[in-house]
Amino acid sequence: MTTTEQHINPKLVEILESISDPEIPVLSIMDMGVVRSAIIENDVVKIEITPTYSGCPAMDVIGDDIKLAMQKAGYEAEVDLILHPAWTTDWITPRGRKALEDYGIAAPLDAEADKSVLLEGKQLVKCPQCGSTNTKMISQFGSTACKAQFQCNDCQEPFDYFKCLK
Amino acid sequence: MKNKNLYNYILGIADNSLILGQRLGELCGHGPSLETDIACTNMSLDLLGQVRSYYQYAAKIAGDGRTEDDIAMLRKEREYFNVLLVEQPNTDFGYTMARQFLFDVYHFLMLTELEKSTDLNLSAIAKKSIKEVSYHKRFSSDWIKRLGDGTEESHSRIQTAINDLWTYTDELFHQTEADKAIVAEGVGVDVTKLKDAYYEEVNAVLEEATLSVPQSKYFQKGGKQGIHTEHMGYLLADLQYMQRTYPNMEW
Repeated sequence: MTTTEQHINPKLVEILESISDPEIPVLSIMDMGVVRSAIIENDVVKIEITPTYSGCPAMDVIGDDIKLAMQKAGYEAEVDLILHPAWTTDWITPRGRKALEDYGIAAPLDAEADKSVLLEGKQLVKCPQCGSTNTKMISQFGSTACKAQFQCNDCQEPFDYFKCLK
Repeated sequence: MKNKNLYNYILGIADNSLILGQRLGELCGHGPSLETDIACTNMSLDLLGQVRSYYQYAAKIAGDGRTEDDIAMLRKEREYFNVLLVEQPNTDFGYTMARQFLFDVYHFLMLTELEKSTDLNLSAIAKKSIKEVSYHKRFSSDWIKRLGDGTEESHSRIQTAINDLWTYTDELFHQTEADKAIVAEGVGVDVTKLKDAYYEEVNAVLEEATLSVPQSKYFQKGGKQGIHTEHMGYLLADLQYMQRTYPNMEW
């Protein structure tokens, strides 16, 4: 139960990668790192997912989407929500980080940098529009629980920063 | 019920978050600015998310067919065990932030200990929640400093709020009989031991905010026994309206 390894049956990877996060549609739930295990037991697919934030309303939708996608692929699926080990932004894959940037959301920095950015106003977050690090935080809380609001001082565009969670 | 003490212990923790989450939720669309509105509802969502995990666990322990929703929505006022602090009304943004700050500092300390619980469910919920609560504490501490060290008006309002709510802080460190039993089992957190660290941290922030630390030694209590302030009934009327009007409704 303490392992941070994912146990995903290779047969299911493709199906799971086709399911996207309902709030960040460019990101698959695999790239997000919320699928912790997916195994096939007596023809039933058993999947464990973990929430990014406790109150994340996307989890119910993700659970339904998984069941639907598995059904289409001919599997019956059971989805369980697990809390331990707790999700961290480190589980977002490199491909996921790239997808976030392309979508206009700044990907999470490491924990130390995140602190300097949110507490001391250091300019480390890169604007996903123009690439400048001359940016400022508008609010620690953003459009969803996992994001903070930023603005670029150069191109003036407001954007979301995916907060580091460790 | 086989483990009544554990059930009551979990409700004590969860009810704090439920009631505070409800208060913060009242600000949805009513926050003083878009950013603070979103921040308060974000915190509310975190708290309600945590509450679901606690109540799901409590429902499993109760084992009498009740669901998380029944536990959250269908108890009577005397059956809620939250501290009086969290049910206090929003009044103005100063009160909202003072209440949040006075709770967040406690909440963070409590979860840090709960992480070490021998009960794996509680420890997992604590591990998850503490990451979120550290953001809450950062946010509310920031506002205490901004308002305290701000204008004459903001300083006087936040000082009034701190003075008024101070009387509810001591109760955070009281233990019920259920708490004591659960602490003895190594499952619960001995809140009496958090008191010094709490006031040290709170006082440091108040000092930085150029606010004075209230000296009153008169403290209110009762929430942990289900005896609430006059605000609680109105809050519950709002919270429970849908379930009482349309019993068993689901989303």
